[in-house]
Amino acid sequence: MAQKRKTSGTDSKPTAVRRIIAKYGGQTRAIIPILQDIQDRERWLSSQVLEEVARELDVPLAHVYSVATFYKSLSLEPRGRHICTVCMGTACHVRGGTAILEHFERRLRIRAGQTSPDREYTLERVNCLGACALAPLVVADGRYYSQMTESKANAVLETLGRRSERPHRNPSGAGRRR
Amino acid sequence: MAKALTRMTAEEIIGEITASGLRGRGGAGFPTGRKWDLCRREKARPKYLICNGDEGDPGAFMDRSVLEADPHAVLEGMVVGAKAVGAAKGFIYIRNEYPLALERMGIAIRQGRKLGLLGKDILGSGFDFDLEIVRGAGAFVSGEETALIASIEGQRAFPRPRPPYPAQHGLWGQPTVINNVETWANIPSIIRRGAAWFSGLGTETSKGTKIFSLVGKINNTGLVEVPMGIRLRDIVFGIGGGIPGGREFKAVQIGGPSGGCIPNQLLDLPVDYESLSRAGAMMGSGGMIVMDEDTCMVDIALYFLRFTQEESCGKCAPCRIGTRQMAEILARIAAGEGGPEDLKKLEELALTVKHGSLCGLGQTAPNPVLSTMRYFLDEYRAHIDDRRCPALVCKNLITFVIEPEKCVGCLLCLKNCPANAVAGEPKKVHVIDQAACIKCGACFNVCPPKIRAVSKTTP
Ligand SMILES: Cc1cc2nc3c(=O)[nH]c(=O)nc-3n(C[C@H](O)[C@H](O)[C@H](O)COP(=O)(O)O)c2cc1C
Ligand code: FES
Repeated sequence: MAQKRKTSGTDSKPTAVRRIIAKYGGQTRAIIPILQDIQDRERWLSSQVLEEVARELDVPLAHVYSVATFYKSLSLEPRGRHICTVCMGTACHVRGGTAILEHFERRLRIRAGQTSPDREYTLERVNCLGACALAPLVVADGRYYSQMTESKANAVLETLGRRSERPHRNPSGAGRRR
Repeated sequence: MAKALTRMTAEEIIGEITASGLRGRGGAGFPTGRKWDLCRREKARPKYLICNGDEGDPGAFMDRSVLEADPHAVLEGMVVGAKAVGAAKGFIYIRNEYPLALERMGIAIRQGRKLGLLGKDILGSGFDFDLEIVRGAGAFVSGEETALIASIEGQRAFPRPRPPYPAQHGLWGQPTVINNVETWANIPSIIRRGAAWFSGLGTETSKGTKIFSLVGKINNTGLVEVPMGIRLRDIVFGIGGGIPGGREFKAVQIGGPSGGCIPNQLLDLPVDYESLSRAGAMMGSGGMIVMDEDTCMVDIALYFLRFTQEESCGKCAPCRIGTRQMAEILARIAAGEGGPEDLKKLEELALTVKHGSLCGLGQTAPNPVLSTMRYFLDEYRAHIDDRRCPALVCKNLITFVIEPEKCVGCLLCLKNCPANAVAGEPKKVHVIDQAACIKCGACFNVCPPKIRAVSKTTP
């Protein structure tokens, strides 16, 4: 099936995948870092990409999927332009992290793990960010916000919203599937 | 490191580490010297070393701090270990959530190569060893040693039964020593200062110092390095400065999802591997989460069971199904829908999961439930028999009310209520519509501390 389905879309993607695979010497054991690098570039892993990885590494497609679905940092769905990650680690939990997550869910109108229909926001939960002394913690677009409250969360969302209004480059690939 | 490479034999290094009494800092506390010796005796080549920097226990971040602040200690420790067991290559596995640690370790390795501390003929000793960083991909179970090995091999992080232990049959089937970040970082000072110095610290069975992360409801949060055997009370109330806001101490959770909650009456417990296990907790990686009277023990047990249920890799049935069943029962109790038979069921399930699971994740998953049931059974009873949550946490069992005599009508709660459940006008007393209230707690949180008109109640 991997062979039959045509890779659609631009030509730049296949070569990018090949370049990344070549960086790891085409070794099958490097499949996780390969998928991570692709995801860093494209923000998610499309079925075409996974098929191409299977083909290039010469491993069964099922193996690629088994790895891609197992690890939480790999996403088989397109992710939003802004990523909000709420820590659900124990320290954050006892200091009210759950309420913060629910606040984000209400404000963004999506559940944890989902992406808004306009692909602006993805809301994620993480088990601990290793900065527990600053609990509860939120990471928004790579910036850490400590000792979160509902009103601080509103301010964070406002900052992201403002950034959204600026013109931006549409990253390759995202949003072509389905 | 230079001393170990140029003036000590492999046997001498292992002898020193064994004599120091160093035990693994990653959780189980296996004697490090013995692990190395097992691997050294293996004939197969090549041999590998792994540094476990997955640090999956939420609430623990000492490994991150070591990797970021002193990556060279880990690097040196691994070179010494490599010489001791005869390994040619090492892997440092660091979780994805630690970008700075990944970056700094990368710098340390490049520096090491440039200075001739890594690579061929290290410091002219004729000994070769190199390191590679592996970035984790987000799975709690990948911290388990056999699962971590599978992950480096490019597989799903499924654990496998032991024995054979990694020291005999590890990465790609080769003899492999896998140690925690903090364990490796202890090696250079043991070699430099000698085993006697290290074993002079700590207790009979737990030597040296250990880093704990002190977090949660505590005044001084952060990392503390203390000699083993220190009393819990000295950590929480001495170093930690007690509980903020004049609240009452309830418990300290040690050992992450594998650990347990230690109650007030056991605060004089010495912190060492054995005492903690006896008390139903675990050293784990050293996360200490302090809880006060506002923390509900049923909620905490549910929190951990949801965690392990989600992180269970699904390979073995007791863990996959058992943790799910336990989480469902706990959710029922937390919702005030538990029956008297639920406690017995929980306990039975806990024992099945504990004894029937394949790896440490399942074997220890029931600990948070068992320890809270052991010390806080009255809280479980209150949820089941009286349908109340004494700590005012479980949403189904609490109501938010505005005390009319305190409310100044500032509109803050009204404006912040996402459910429009607050009615009122400026300068007039506000009222919460209980039918519309979703119990998010926003009103409680925004009501100014000077006024405190919103309160929580339980039947
Ligand atoms: C579910 C599970 C998760 C674990 N996570 C970690 C971890 O994040 N970091 C770690 O060092 N050890 C972890 N361990 C322990 C390792 O399996 C192993 O015992 C440890 O890396 C050995 O190193 P040490 O002897 O230096 O402690 C985990 C064990 C289990 C069962
Ligand atoms: S628990 Fe949230 S950062 Fe550790």
